[in-house]
Amino acid sequence: MNKIWLIIQREYSTRVKNKRFLILTFLMPLLIVGLIAASTYLSITGVEQRNIAVVDPNGFIKNSLKNTAQINFSFPANVDTTNYQKQGFTDILIIPKFDGVKKTDYILRSKKSMGLMLQESITNKINSAIEDQMLQDAGIHQNVLDSIHKASQFAELKAYEDKGSTSKESNASLAMGIGYASGLLIYITMFIYGTMVMRGVMEEKTNRIAEVIISSVKPFELMMGKIIGIGAVGLTQFLLWIVLIISLTSAAAGFLPADVQHQVASLQQSNGQMAGGMMQASESAVKIYNFQHTISTANWPLIIGCFIFYFIGGYLFYAALFAAVGSTVNEDPQDAQSLMFPITMPLILSYLITNMVTQNPNTPIAFWASIIPFSSPMVMMARVAYGVPSAVSYWELALSMLTLIAGFIFTTWLSGRIYRTGILLYGKKVTWKILIKWAFKKV
Amino acid sequence: MDALLSLKNLRKYYATQKAVDDISFDIERGSIFGLLGPNGAGKTTLLRMITGIFYPDGGEIILDGKPFDAINDIQKIGYMPEERGLYKKMKIGEQALYLAQLKGLSKADATEKIKYWFKKFEMESWWNKKVEDLSKGMSQKLQFVITVLHEPKLIILDEPFSGLDPVNANLIKDEIYALAKKGATIIFSTHRMEQVEEICDHIVLVNLGKKILDGTVADIKQQFKENIFSIETEAGVSLSDAPAFSIVRAEAGKTLVKINEGFRSNDLLQQLIAQNKQVVGFNEVLPSLNDIFIHLVEGTHANARAFQTVQE
Repeated sequence: MNKIWLIIQREYSTRVKNKRFLILTFLMPLLIVGLIAASTYLSITGVEQRNIAVVDPNGFIKNSLKNTAQINFSFPANVDTTNYQKQGFTDILIIPKFDGVKKTDYILRSKKSMGLMLQESITNKINSAIEDQMLQDAGIHQNVLDSIHKASQFAELKAYEDKGSTSKESNASLAMGIGYASGLLIYITMFIYGTMVMRGVMEEKTNRIAEVIISSVKPFELMMGKIIGIGAVGLTQFLLWIVLIISLTSAAAGFLPADVQHQVASLQQSNGQMAGGMMQASESAVKIYNFQHTISTANWPLIIGCFIFYFIGGYLFYAALFAAVGSTVNEDPQDAQSLMFPITMPLILSYLITNMVTQNPNTPIAFWASIIPFSSPMVMMARVAYGVPSAVSYWELALSMLTLIAGFIFTTWLSGRIYRTGILLYGKKVTWKILIKWAFKKV
Repeated sequence: MDALLSLKNLRKYYATQKAVDDISFDIERGSIFGLLGPNGAGKTTLLRMITGIFYPDGGEIILDGKPFDAINDIQKIGYMPEERGLYKKMKIGEQALYLAQLKGLSKADATEKIKYWFKKFEMESWWNKKVEDLSKGMSQKLQFVITVLHEPKLIILDEPFSGLDPVNANLIKDEIYALAKKGATIIFSTHRMEQVEEICDHIVLVNLGKKILDGTVADIKQQFKENIFSIETEAGVSLSDAPAFSIVRAEAGKTLVKINEGFRSNDLLQQLIAQNKQVVGFNEVLPSLNDIFIHLVEGTHANARAFQTVQE
C-alpha cells in the first residue's frame, strides 16, 4: 500500500509540476471565456445596418411600420428602383395596394443580398404593421392597441415537478444545458486522461524502466498507482477550474454598477417581486436575477455529486483499458492505434447517445445506455440533470452506479492481467486475440 | 555449503514451451555465480522467478533459509534486468530516491546512501540532471548504483557490462568484487564467456530450459579437458607422432599434442626425452568456457528455439 502511495505521488507530482499542466489549467477557462466574448462581439459588430426606402403610394402602413436598431425605414418621395442607391438607401421596399383578403407579394430590392433572419424580421414587421393598421381602421385607439401588445408578453411558462407534498420549479432548457455540458466534459476528460495513462504506460515500457520497477512492486500496483495518480491530476484540474470560474464570475459581478447590484439583491430577497415603494428594477438587474434564479433551480449538490462519481467511475473504467493497450505497444506508438479503436468506439458512441438523451431523457435507449458502464458516465449525467427521481428513479441511479462500480472492477482486473504480461514483453505484435489469451492465462 | 539461494526442481511452462524445466542448483553465500546459456535458454524466465516477477509452476525457491516470499524478500534482492532503462525526463537524484523508496528504504536513509554512491562514482554533479542528458555508459553506471543501493543480499546482474567502455567496466567489476567480499551474493547472467571466466566462482549452464552444467569454473574445465598439451621446443626441432601422443597442430617452436588413451603426461615427456627432443616449455591446455559452451550448445536446437514463437 505504501508503495502504491509512492507511485501515485510520483505520477501526480511530475504531471502537476509540468508546465503544460499549468498552461492548460489556466488557459482553458480563459480560452472558453475568450471564445464566448469573441463570438458575442462578432455577433454584435457583424450586424449590418439597413436603410430601407419604402414606396407606399397609399400610405397604408406608414404610421405603423416601426424602426429597430438594425433596420431604418423611411418614406422619401421621388425614389424608385433605379435611383434608391444614389440617394443613400441600401434597399427599397415596394408596398402594393392592399385588398385585405389575398396574400400579396411585397417587393424588396437590395444592393446586397439580405440574410434569411433579416428577411423574416422585415416580413414580421410588415405583417404587424398591417395588423395594427387594420385594427386602427376598425376603430381601436392607439392606447388600447399598446395595452393589447403588452398582453402578448404576459404569459410565461413555469413548470413545476411534483415531489410528494412539495413541488419544485423545473427548467428543461437548463437541464439540457447541464446534461450536455457534463456529458461533454466527461467525454473529453475520459479521452485526455485515458490517453495520458496510455502514454505513461508506453513511456515506461519503451524506456525499459518497467522491469526495473516490477522487481520492486507488483505490476498491478504500478498500474493502479499510475491510474490513481493521473486521476488525481484530473480532479485537481477540475477543482482549479471551478475555483477559477467562481472567482472570475464574482469578479465580473463586482464590475456591475452599485444600484444594479442592489436591485439584484432585493429581487433575491423578495423572490422576484420588487418590494413596494422601491423603484422599478432595471432591465439588466432583472436579467441577472432571472439567470441566477434559473441556475438555482437545478439540484446542484446532486448534480455535482453525481458528476464526481461518474467522472471517477468512468475514468477508472476507461483508464484501465487504456493502460492495457499501452502495455502492449512496442517501440512504435502507431501500434496503439488499432488496439485503441475498440475503446474509442464506445466512447464516441456514448457521446452521440448523450446528445440524443439531453433532449429525450426517458427513451429505452437512454435507459439502457445509462445502465451499461461503457456509456453510463455520460448518458446518466445527461439524465440526472433532469432531476432525481422525476426523470431518473432512485433504483435506476443505484443500478447504474453499481454496474459502473462492477464494470471498473472488472476492467481493472482484466487490464491488470493483460498489463503484467504486456509490460515485460518486447518485440511481439499484439492482436486482440492474444490479449484475450493473456487475460485468462495463469501467471 | 552455506547456500543463500537454493532452487529445487523449478519449473515454468508457457503454452508450448518449457521455458524452465526442472532446474535445481544452490548458490553459495558471498559467491559470484554465473548463469550462462544461449539466447532463449530460459535465463530471463529463471531470473524473473527468483526476483518474484513470475511465479513458478512447480518447485521451490529457498532464499536465506526460508521459502521465497515475493513481497517481503524483494528488499533482499537487487535486480538489474537486461531490458533496463530509466525515466528520461526525471531528475537523476529524484529518480534514484524514488526507486530506492520503492525498494522499501526510508527517504532519509535513501538520500544518505545515494549521496555515498554518487560520491564514490563521482556522480555528485548529476543530481539535478535528467537521464536524457546522460550517455549510455553513464546511465549504465547509474543503473548499477540503483541496483545495489539498498544493500541487497542477492544482486542479480543481467549483462551488466553491455555498453560500458573498458574503464567503466573495470570500475563496475571492482565494485562487484568488493560487494562479494562484503558478503553479498551475486548472480551474473551473460553469454560473454571471457567475463564469466574472469569473474565467476561457480557457473550453471542452461540450455532449452534445462541445466546442463553445474560446477566451479576450474572443475568444469577439468571435466571438459581433452588432454591437450602445448610443447615448446628449441628452434628447428619438429615432433612426430609417438605411441603416447598424436599431434594436433604444429607451429614453429610450439606444438599442440593430444595424449593418447592409456598414457599420462609423464609418458609423453619420457618419450620426448627418449627421442632426444629439447623441451623448453610444457603445459596443459584447458578448454576455454567459450569452447565448452559452443561444444555443449551446438547441435541442440538452441539457435532455432530463439526464433520459435510461442503459439498462443
